[in-house]
Amino acid sequence: MCGIVGLFLKDPRLEPELGGLLSDMLVTMSDRGPDSAGIAIYGKPVRGHSKITVQSPDPEHDLRVLENNLAAAGIASSVELKDTHAVIDSTADPHAMRTFLASHHPHVRIMSSGESIEIYKEIGLPKDVVNRFDIRKMAGTHGIGHTRMATESAVTTLGAHPFSTGPDQCLVHNGSLSNHNNLRRELVRESIVFETENDTEVAAAYLTAEMAKGKNLREALTSALEDLDGFFTFVVGTKSGFGVLRDPIACKPAVMAETDGYVAFGSEYRALVGLPDIESARVWEPEPATVYFWEHAKAA
Amino acid sequence: MPTFDLSITPLRELNSALHRVEKGSNDTHFDILNPRGHHAVAVGLSGSLSVEIKGSVGYYCAGMNDGGDVTIHGSAGPGVAENMMSGKVTVEGDASQYAGATGRGGLLIIRGNASSRCGISMKGIDIVVQGSIGHMSAFMAQAGNLLVLGNAGDALGDSIYEARLFVRGQVKSLGSDCIEKDMRPEHHEIVADLLRRSGITGVTSSEFKRYGSARKLYNFHVDNADAY
Repeated sequence: MCGIVGLFLKDPRLEPELGGLLSDMLVTMSDRGPDSAGIAIYGKPVRGHSKITVQSPDPEHDLRVLENNLAAAGIASSVELKDTHAVIDSTADPHAMRTFLASHHPHVRIMSSGESIEIYKEIGLPKDVVNRFDIRKMAGTHGIGHTRMATESAVTTLGAHPFSTGPDQCLVHNGSLSNHNNLRRELVRESIVFETENDTEVAAAYLTAEMAKGKNLREALTSALEDLDGFFTFVVGTKSGFGVLRDPIACKPAVMAETDGYVAFGSEYRALVGLPDIESARVWEPEPATVYFWEHAKAA
Repeated sequence: MPTFDLSITPLRELNSALHRVEKGSNDTHFDILNPRGHHAVAVGLSGSLSVEIKGSVGYYCAGMNDGGDVTIHGSAGPGVAENMMSGKVTVEGDASQYAGATGRGGLLIIRGNASSRCGISMKGIDIVVQGSIGHMSAFMAQAGNLLVLGNAGDALGDSIYEARLFVRGQVKSLGSDCIEKDMRPEHHEIVADLLRRSGITGVTSSEFKRYGSARKLYNFHVDNADAY
């Protein structure tokens, strides 16, 4: 069992409330998984800027020095510390930043990178995780949250969802995959690096690899139905898109709601009852083996 | 007429109040407000209580019902009316997975659609779905009637025993050992009776096809030895 929530805003007037709405939804799902919780928020991208969200078990030692050390290496950035996480905002090449972090700060873990995504995840209950990172104050266009009951790998920060394996991409999962070891070996041959033994990370990396081959999220999710074996309800985010996929057996629960203002996902209806205008929303259960996908109009 | 507002009153208080009602009590009608997707609302009713739930519920609503008449003015999460013994449960909206699972008696009416595994392992319950049902419905269904006014998903009636399945629309595929059967006069009577008890008019029994067991999986057959 795990709990998933997701919110894709269609009405920009709701954007300042994204963090608050998503936090309430996730806290409602706490009893579906008490091990760890995480949230991905897609904010408005700033042209020419990229963001890397990093985490360290020793933030005082590892994260407080980042801005100075990056500057010393010729990378101008602003680093905002949030509990065990920090967001590095820079106009520098994100690849150069990642290379610098890997060589000079090997204890710093990269949660996400991209133009709009920030991921915060830790061991503990959703209410604590949400408070530690002040998620309620965050604005954004769409977001995904997950509360975990671990089955396939250890309860660690890196084992928490969302998993991000490509720029501005993230995936959360309720279920368990049965062919992840095989698929991981195939992806490793394609030079993809894995951080954990977790099955969900394989699903995320698989979608990243498919999209790197030129597929869009909808096409990548369609291939996933062929190539992934096991139980899954996935909610996936990209810079401008939001997707949902359930395996053909569809025993992992899912309910969706749509109004003129938003598309929302919850493992249970309970997660959706606090949303604005939920009484008049179209509420339905997503069909098995069916790709659902929404996308914001791409900015010019 | 007691009213419980689940945004104020804990669920446990509601369910214990429902369980405390004595035979012959005057207060047998309960209204439940703001169910907000709560689990296990109005479970384990015994005797002729009537319960109106004004909104949508989560898992296992009206489970183990024995004699109660429960109406959900909204949609229901997984396992609505699971293991019903007798009585009636009506869902005005849609129902999620395994609605009416393992039910031994009573009538479950779903005005909208039911998703996968509707009536799984049913053992005597009658289920009427005005919309469509999802895949693997009536899996290992043993007794009772499942009446569907819309369509049925994949693998209807897989490994079915003696339950009767009536579908008005299309069946995407039949499961192992489930076949179409003739509508004999007694089946027309059963369908007409289910429609009447569900308050459905303008639909006749001749619009339905019947599906049931080919009875080929009942006994060990040596040709199947490789399959075990």
